Amino acid sequence: MSKEGSRPALGHEVAISSRVRLARNLEAYPFTTRMSRLQGAEILEKVREALLDDAGLSGYEFSYLEMQSLKPLDRQLLVEKHLISPEFAEGNAGRAAIISKDGRISVMVNEEDHLRLQCIYSGMQLEEAWKLCGSLGSNLDKKLGFAFDKSYGYLTCCPTNIGTGIRASVMLHLPALSMTGYIKGVLETCGKIGVAVRGLYGENSEAEGNMFQISNQVTLGQTEEEIIAGISNITQQISEQEKMLRIELYRQNPVRFEDKIYRSLGLLRSARLITSEESLKLISDVRLGMIMGLLQGMELEDLNELTLMIRPAYLQKTYGEQLKPDERDQKRAELIRKKLNERIH
Amino acid sequence: MVCQQCHKRKANVHYTQIINGKKVEMYLCTQCAAEDGAMSFNPQLSLVNMLWGFPGFGDSAGYAQFKQPEILRCNVCGMAFDDFRKGGKLGCASCYSVFRDNLIPILRRLHGSAEHTGEMPERTPDVKKADEGGQPAEAVGLSDKIDRLKAELSSAIESENYERAAELRDRIRSLESSGNVNGGAV
Repeated sequence: MSKEGSRPALGHEVAISSRVRLARNLEAYPFTTRMSRLQGAEILEKVREALLDDAGLSGYEFSYLEMQSLKPLDRQLLVEKHLISPEFAEGNAGRAAIISKDGRISVMVNEEDHLRLQCIYSGMQLEEAWKLCGSLGSNLDKKLGFAFDKSYGYLTCCPTNIGTGIRASVMLHLPALSMTGYIKGVLETCGKIGVAVRGLYGENSEAEGNMFQISNQVTLGQTEEEIIAGISNITQQISEQEKMLRIELYRQNPVRFEDKIYRSLGLLRSARLITSEESLKLISDVRLGMIMGLLQGMELEDLNELTLMIRPAYLQKTYGEQLKPDERDQKRAELIRKKLNERIH
Repeated sequence: MVCQQCHKRKANVHYTQIINGKKVEMYLCTQCAAEDGAMSFNPQLSLVNMLWGFPGFGDSAGYAQFKQPEILRCNVCGMAFDDFRKGGKLGCASCYSVFRDNLIPILRRLHGSAEHTGEMPERTPDVKKADEGGQPAEAVGLSDKIDRLKAELSSAIESENYERAAELRDRIRSLESSGNVNGGAV
């Protein structure tokens, strides 16, 4: 059904992105819960120095962003891009993010832990993300000295992250599983085997646009490789189920399937006012249609970009002003019409 | 077992109370226990409280009992174990050693294990190599740990908590033999 030539590589049909993050603390300082302002500032300076002159990272150019001196809108934008956590964006003093220009590496300093190192790759590339994040972690350890205990591993502020301090997650687009309700079974199974499923923006966020983040909960007692392999394996299985179900849904009733996709495209192309939530829902159908080979003329990457561009902060940055919700919905509709009408058919 | 109060619902709370040195044991269902005031329910269930709340958890007699939380305080950062119970976050790396005995059951519940098997920092000497050559930094850390445990051991003996004392004794022995402290002359 899908055209051979445009078949996406690296599991992009289902996997949107792969992320690995490591939680680390400097052994010479108390955790963020007990550190003074001055200690926080010292940590910031040390991490900044260590990262900016890391020989192993010479290929990367970093920006140093102090949360307190960023406007709320700019902080929100970083959240939308998954470069910082929503909690971090609250902008407390003594917090900074050091982010590579391409967004692949992001280091949050003085979040819950002194360091949260994150590497993000597109599609299903969890092992690559781990390789980069792991080497970044050990390079920094040599310079900064992370709190480590032989029996507990890397020590973290909250015992939920202790040991490896690793969180491996893959963002999956699961429209068919959601549509049919089978997603419930998937969520239950994941819960039983210690795998967390969250929405688009992590903890407590909803699964907007049928996007689900699959990640490990256990960080102690397993090796990093086991954790990465475990998450790769479960996401692979979920992806296979999703792909089979898409084909089955189409086979059972092609007209209904196409109707859903073309209606969503129609709405996106015609709407004059559209909320972020509705757009994500409709874009999810368009993405499905593209992967099933029903819609052509646009790359998945462009659609990913559009998904980001319609977010409130991004939209306001693009139009260079503070927009009221109504105005946002109007600008969003405009932007989507422009992007989709030009390309897709 | 059926609740000893309502004789209807399943008992899932083992409640022990000591009044004037006399031990009273009750098996109650959650509702009766709550109504009875046998348990003070914390409306804000923190992660730690929830973990601690599993019946038959560790060696505690019931839901509402904790191992000497009131006196446990980290000597490095000042964090009390009670603060951790409320907030779920620790204060510094040393908290993990000071609260070790109380943390191990929590880690097991969270992770199914309390032993790190993942990567180690390159600067950390390998455990297996520890007796091949002198590892001064390690040995100091270890003997500190043992000293701390010994202090805990004496206070456990003083308070006639023999079960805990036995645990501590075993821990000290295993640390002493594994770490080869003081050139092995233990």
